[in-house]
Amino acid sequence: MTTSNGGPRQRMNQRLRGYDDRRAGWARSIRTRWHALPRPVRWLGLLALVVVLYLLPIIQPPILTTPDSDFGSVLFDAALFALVAIGLNVVIGMAGLLDLGYVGFYAVGAYSVAVFGSPNSSLGTGYPWLVCVPIAIALSMLAGVILGGPTLRLRGDYLAIVTLGFGEIVRLTAVNSNALGAAAGITGIPHPPGKRPDGTDIFSILNINAFYWLALTVIFIVVFGVRNLENSRVGRSWLAIREDEDAAELMGVPTFRFKLWAFAIGAAIGGLSGSLFAGRQGFINPDSFLLQFSILFVAAVVLGGAGNLLGVVTGAVVIAYLPERFRGFADYRIFVFGLALIIVMIFRPQGIIPNRRRATELAVRTEEVAEGA
Amino acid sequence: MLLEISDLDVYYGRIQALRGVSLSVDDGEIVTLIGANGAGKTTLLRALSGLRAVSRGTVTFEGKDITHERADLRVVHGISQAPEGRGIFPGMNVQENLEMGAYSRKDRKSKAYREDFDRVLGLFPRLAERRRQFGGTLSGGEQQMLTIGRALMSRPKVLLLDEPSMGLAPKLIQQIFTIVEEINQQGTTVLLVEQNAQQALSRAHRAYVMETGSIVKEGTGKALLADPAVKEAYLGVA
Repeated sequence: MTTSNGGPRQRMNQRLRGYDDRRAGWARSIRTRWHALPRPVRWLGLLALVVVLYLLPIIQPPILTTPDSDFGSVLFDAALFALVAIGLNVVIGMAGLLDLGYVGFYAVGAYSVAVFGSPNSSLGTGYPWLVCVPIAIALSMLAGVILGGPTLRLRGDYLAIVTLGFGEIVRLTAVNSNALGAAAGITGIPHPPGKRPDGTDIFSILNINAFYWLALTVIFIVVFGVRNLENSRVGRSWLAIREDEDAAELMGVPTFRFKLWAFAIGAAIGGLSGSLFAGRQGFINPDSFLLQFSILFVAAVVLGGAGNLLGVVTGAVVIAYLPERFRGFADYRIFVFGLALIIVMIFRPQGIIPNRRRATELAVRTEEVAEGA
Repeated sequence: MLLEISDLDVYYGRIQALRGVSLSVDDGEIVTLIGANGAGKTTLLRALSGLRAVSRGTVTFEGKDITHERADLRVVHGISQAPEGRGIFPGMNVQENLEMGAYSRKDRKSKAYREDFDRVLGLFPRLAERRRQFGGTLSGGEQQMLTIGRALMSRPKVLLLDEPSMGLAPKLIQQIFTIVEEINQQGTTVLLVEQNAQQALSRAHRAYVMETGSIVKEGTGKALLADPAVKEAYLGVA
């Protein structure tokens, strides 16, 4: 049978090109316009953005600010969420490994700080927060390698199921072990260091803004590192694994080793976020690490646009901030939030700010499924 | 012998996909393996590239036993595969796909590397025109060329080709096979797996026929083309 619009391959190409044109609608035009600006203008623009981000809790912009909760706390939560999303993006967005138990690494980081930092813990070492952070990062990386070692030989859905279990195992271990404070948790976790001239602590419950600024600074450092990684041979290897693992192996990519690296680096960033969280709370218990957080983390990455750093940060901010902004809606806020997620996923399955490569992969795969049916 | 496979068994779970397969490829040859769908041709290539574990038998390459060698090291040794169908990286452009082909090489800044790049683009002028286009948006024929070109970028001693004619128009099939011969004449040994027996047998120095996981016939390409049983089963001639 011959039709005027050609075979399935031609139709797919038409659709892909059509997709590219639609992108031109806004995402690409903003991108091209931005790149068309002279370099100094771009630097100034970025600088202005950074300054505004740092000043947010002081300016308290009228519409953005949260009338029903402390704006500084909401900003810190959003920044923390963004950091977690950046870490999970390494695993999901860059290497293409679906990790549904990411909260496990966040918990390992938080508990490391609690156990080594709190004088009330089973170890009682009472190390300062700054000493605990590298320990937390190292232990979460180790957890990533321990989880990844046996499971990264699995692919796709199987990996998702095993990681889902891992998140719960970490939480239940905390619930059931007295050394980790069991269900009651651990108190007396140290804050980050530093004193003002008048002798009060810079980082305290009374001054959440300081935590926000710290988190923001950590984000900039981590984004710088991740971006460099993305453009390196490591990033290219992850990209190849994500796009076609068999083909990557045929090119000579040691796939297992790079997947393990993705897991370890993702876990390290998760652990770092957990240590910030513990340092801010001063107290943690297993309820801070429920399965639903893993799901929300994945939602942030997918909603924002897996593989695109700006995208996943946007997704994280949306997920952490919207429910707080609309706290006034009381019982309906979670419903509205869920509805918003569904709507975005229907109209922008590739995410709010998509990664171009991933969008093409998605389009090709959708087309293959349609042809196979 | 450049590549020697002897008595190979491969299983998928409890199902046996290869039964005592023996096959050899000499330096400079085009050897083809023909057989119906599900005969085990792709499985054999996957085992040769190290994507499938072997239960019994040995694979020797340049006199070295590589039966249990890691997949990434086999590329370094000089075995390169162009997988069937859509084995390209859809979200990388043509240039990046070709660069991935050279992943195992240490001389990516050298003149030899540039020459190989130009050689591949010379073999496939269509790819040169589409250098900045994403792999996923290429036509079927262009994708096929890209998988072959990409496999060449590692400077293989033996090139494993999995059904390069699959899903292509007859004219394009001719073109692809001509290029395969050209690659061979430039000094690369080729193991060609095909369902298009007519084309494959007429271009190959030697050939094997595979049925349900075993080699059932072997000979020169010409001899098998003339073989009545092969004619009936694979060439559609009664």
